[in-house]
Amino acid sequence: MLQALYENIEQTVAVILFGIGFVILLLQRNLIRKIIGLNIMSTATYLFLASMGYIHGRKAPIVVDGVTQAIHYINPVPTGLVLTGIVVSVSFTGMMLALTVRLYRRYRTLDIDQIALMARQEEVE
Amino acid sequence: MSKRRSDWQNRPQERFVRWMREGYLALDEAIEDSVLQPGEAPPEVDPELAAQHQEAALQHRHDRDLALDRLAQYDLYAWTLTKGRRLIGRLHVLLSLLLGGMIIFFLLGTVAHMPRFGAADVPANNEVITRYIEQGLAETGATNMVAGMILDYRAFDTLGESTVLFIAACAVLILLRIDLDDKGQPTQQLIAEESDDRHYEPKNDRILQGTAILLTPILLLFGLYVILNGHLSPGGGFSGGAIVSSGLILYLNAFGFKKAGRFFSYKTFQWVSFGALGFYGVAKAYSFYCGANGLESHIPLGTPGAILSGGLIMPLNIAVGLVVACTMYIFYALFRKGGL
Repeated sequence: MLQALYENIEQTVAVILFGIGFVILLLQRNLIRKIIGLNIMSTATYLFLASMGYIHGRKAPIVVDGVTQAIHYINPVPTGLVLTGIVVSVSFTGMMLALTVRLYRRYRTLDIDQIALMARQEEVE
Repeated sequence: MSKRRSDWQNRPQERFVRWMREGYLALDEAIEDSVLQPGEAPPEVDPELAAQHQEAALQHRHDRDLALDRLAQYDLYAWTLTKGRRLIGRLHVLLSLLLGGMIIFFLLGTVAHMPRFGAADVPANNEVITRYIEQGLAETGATNMVAGMILDYRAFDTLGESTVLFIAACAVLILLRIDLDDKGQPTQQLIAEESDDRHYEPKNDRILQGTAILLTPILLLFGLYVILNGHLSPGGGFSGGAIVSSGLILYLNAFGFKKAGRFFSYKTFQWVSFGALGFYGVAKAYSFYCGANGLESHIPLGTPGAILSGGLIMPLNIAVGLVVACTMYIFYALFRKGGL
């Protein structure tokens, strides 16, 4: 198993990064750190996808000198999927940071527990 | 043996109870009931007084039970505020680490059984990929197969991406835009917050301005090159748009919002984003309509490798680049100052 993990070192690192991001998401109370954890998770996904598309000894999928045999190029689909992922990640990061700014302006703290507590108190009042 | 027996106060159970109600033992002792000492003869009393006493004793017992109940409740409450909170926090940390560890463990097990990195005969390399690579040049006219794929075979996906970006920009605009009062002036509180931010803004920083004068044209040119060459070389609308927006943001940082506002306002954002997305939708609708009905498309593919080739890919790249540049710039402006 260790041999297999070492041969798939890219995927192994991606999986470990994913787990680290997930634990950060669960453990950190600071909203900014939660967002960073989510971004680490998405970065791990990109690494995983990009490593899935690679094939030893082949070139990037840009046609050179009219060679169009599939045997000369790597898989272009995961590259496109990573592009989609990056765009979505940028969008949700911007959105969540905006929400965080609004929360900070209202409650003057970034601690999610305190924000929840204050929100509940406001509800009671 | 005796040592062990004398150690009963340190049994785990006792220790747990003491740990739970640490600091409240004094209260507990205050409510101790007075009892008759053994060997003491009960004194003679007349029955009326005895009945009264009995009633008083009952009352007393009732009060004591009530007080003990309250004490227990208060104990629990205090416990949830201090030690319980810590305990639950530790439990949370433990469970989170356990969950993360389990996710990593099971995913690692999956990774160990996956095809080797870089192998050619993986299931992901199926006939779709072969078709994209072998027919891509003839069908899309783009030498960059990734561009050909995302802007021709999977153009609908890219339209969705651009729309996601546009919607994210709109949402941030709604969330962060400085609110205006009835007369169209920013409210007093927000002006105060604004002046805080201005504190950190460099005013006429010579070094920054010199760098911006030097770098902004280069960044804009490079971004345009990446966008326009998207179908021939690595790059495309998304990366090129990000480079263009970084040039715009550098200019904004060096010269302030007043000068940047001359070429970029809400109107620019609206019309450029709307125009680019609208053009994208109409162009792709045309090509989907033709393709689905077997009609001949009137868009020339050109010779592969020339700058004017690839059919719709270059215009679509430009549209995507405009949307991305606008979105990034407006993200920055809104987070910085809450407006343009």
